[in-house]
Amino acid sequence: MNKSQETPPSYNPHSAPSLQSARPGDRAEDSKLKNGRRVSAETWAGQERRKERAQSGAPPVDAPAAKTDNPVKVHIKNLNLWYGEKQALFDISMDIVEREVTAFIGPSGCGKSSFLRCLNRMNDLIGTVRIEGSIEIDGQDVYDPALDVVSLRSRIGMVFQNPNPFPKSIFENVAYAPRIHGLVEGRAAMDDLVEQSLRRAGLWDEVADRLQTPGTALSGGQQQRLCIARAIAVGPDLILMDEPASALDPIATATIEDLIAELRDNYTIVIVTHNLQQAARVAGFTAFFHLGKLIEYDQTDRIFTNPREKRTEDYITGRFG
Amino acid sequence: MQDRLKRRYRADRRFKAYSVGALCVAIAFLAVFFTDIVIKALPGLKQAEIELTYTYTDDVLFDPGGGVRNDDALGDEFNSLISRGWTRLLPQQIEEDPQLEGSTETLWVLATDDVDQYLKGEYNQLNEEERRVVDRLASQDRAALHFNTYLFTNGDSKLPEMAGLKSALVGSLYLVFLVFIFAFPLGVMTAVYLEEFAPANHLTNWIEVNINNLAAVPSIIFGLLGLAVFINFFGVPRSSALVGGLTIGIMTLPLIIIAARAALRAVPDAIRQGALAVGASRWQMVKDHVLPLALPGILTGTIIGMAVAIGETAPLLIIGMIAYIPEAPTSFTQAATVLPAQIFTWAGMPEQSYSGRTAAGILVLLAAMITMNATAIYLRNHYTRRW
Repeated sequence: MNKSQETPPSYNPHSAPSLQSARPGDRAEDSKLKNGRRVSAETWAGQERRKERAQSGAPPVDAPAAKTDNPVKVHIKNLNLWYGEKQALFDISMDIVEREVTAFIGPSGCGKSSFLRCLNRMNDLIGTVRIEGSIEIDGQDVYDPALDVVSLRSRIGMVFQNPNPFPKSIFENVAYAPRIHGLVEGRAAMDDLVEQSLRRAGLWDEVADRLQTPGTALSGGQQQRLCIARAIAVGPDLILMDEPASALDPIATATIEDLIAELRDNYTIVIVTHNLQQAARVAGFTAFFHLGKLIEYDQTDRIFTNPREKRTEDYITGRFG
Repeated sequence: MQDRLKRRYRADRRFKAYSVGALCVAIAFLAVFFTDIVIKALPGLKQAEIELTYTYTDDVLFDPGGGVRNDDALGDEFNSLISRGWTRLLPQQIEEDPQLEGSTETLWVLATDDVDQYLKGEYNQLNEEERRVVDRLASQDRAALHFNTYLFTNGDSKLPEMAGLKSALVGSLYLVFLVFIFAFPLGVMTAVYLEEFAPANHLTNWIEVNINNLAAVPSIIFGLLGLAVFINFFGVPRSSALVGGLTIGIMTLPLIIIAARAALRAVPDAIRQGALAVGASRWQMVKDHVLPLALPGILTGTIIGMAVAIGETAPLLIIGMIAYIPEAPTSFTQAATVLPAQIFTWAGMPEQSYSGRTAAGILVLLAAMITMNATAIYLRNHYTRRW
């Protein structure tokens, strides 16, 4: 249906032997790919499941309307990943659209965090990891041996599960990355950049008068927003969030979610979450992973109201995971 | 049920009693050891001096004893009561300052070790006449035991009353400084490489195992290595602080590597990932984030390594740092000795009054080590972050 004109010409979903959709919302074509068995049953099964969902109390969906017309930011094709002998990701192909929030959901150990870490090559740190397939961000191959991983990471912000501010001052936390990348000249420009980043992360009003206190002295939610400020200080166009709110209380979580909603207009955000409601609240697109495979990838409201796959539905309605 | 609970409580109490008992035994040993050292060292910290009124005369230029002849109080045989170590310095004083000639001074001067031993009530070789003179001077408050400053201002001497720790202290200071200069950068960089950069392969494992083995090698082997490699092969001057520093540096290296690796490992991975995720290079990550956090731990380990170095003796005996050094060395290549070696030398001396000095030397060495360990504990408690 909205198989889009933005898809890079190099990409051909038919070459992928997997069940995954190439582009979120590409349902019709995808159904055919799934060996035809489902095509005829689609309507009927969908209705059946909607009834079940109504009884089983799946999370309410107030997902923001997905910006389906935005161009593709990240293009992943046939990605496989092994930790030593154990394969953790199987043949993943998907496109992530620009200036939109894409959520990865799935049970623990399903590979969503591993996948997220492929995008900025944080998996390189693990010696035994082996990756096949390709990831392109703005057409640039992430695993190109000629690519400098440091410059790649300076374009991709990352926020981790547990807030990990540097044990330095709040100012230094934000200023560190711009300084090592030589982004600003002079003290005043740096002050500006720090203020701007903290404002965008919604933290400025709380810390403006104590920028020199250690970042680790802040509350958990504030620390996480400081980490977001740190991530956006280098002006990345892609922000990866690995369960950014799972260590926070509900109020801090709500603050972070509001922040993500605001950042959505300027940044491409990929968020891994265990919290289905969170995915439903913040993400335009949602991808469901299970056992290292991308099971279903679609606009968030469709994933939550009308999933195509039985496994997706089972997970969303809390039958496993 | 009730019965089992009782048995469990009994076992708890029994084990608690065992541990308290073990602790008490350890503390008792320590207490006996320290008390013994202190009691033996106290006399060594005092030194007999005699108050003397004397005139610098021509005689002193030719006869070192001549300068003090006109003190009536001492009688005819006084010369044997004043340390030759002091009288032989008189000609030099006049040579340096000719105006002293003919002037009269009243000073507390160093007495011989026999006077010292006599005043301390120990065995001595004074004859009856000399004892009467000393008794008379003591009753006039002209012979007394004063704080032993000679212990810190003099180098080693064949005259027990003149012998001091100065050259050994300076030698130990040089040694520790050199050990730090050699072992600290090398150890920290090795640890950083092994922890932060090295791939996890067989070679790395093999290096790790061997560093741990090195830490367990008996120290005397390092002395042989120093003799064979540094002195015989590289021609580093024998007995010098330099060769001592190199040898003890090699010996301390594995300790520092092991401590630094433990400190680096204690830095949470979240910090590394945070730094890498904002685009820091590996070295920037280490330099800006990991090392500053690990530094207190590294320093703690290093200081403990230095405390081991300052107390090390065996390898230094082999590379000749047990030499007789009356004058403190002024360069790293001059022959030097260190505190433990000086203590070892004194302990083997036949003269009784060296034993007090030996104990005093042990006290000084212990004080240096306790200070270093206390610094290490302070650093650990006040600067180590907890996660």
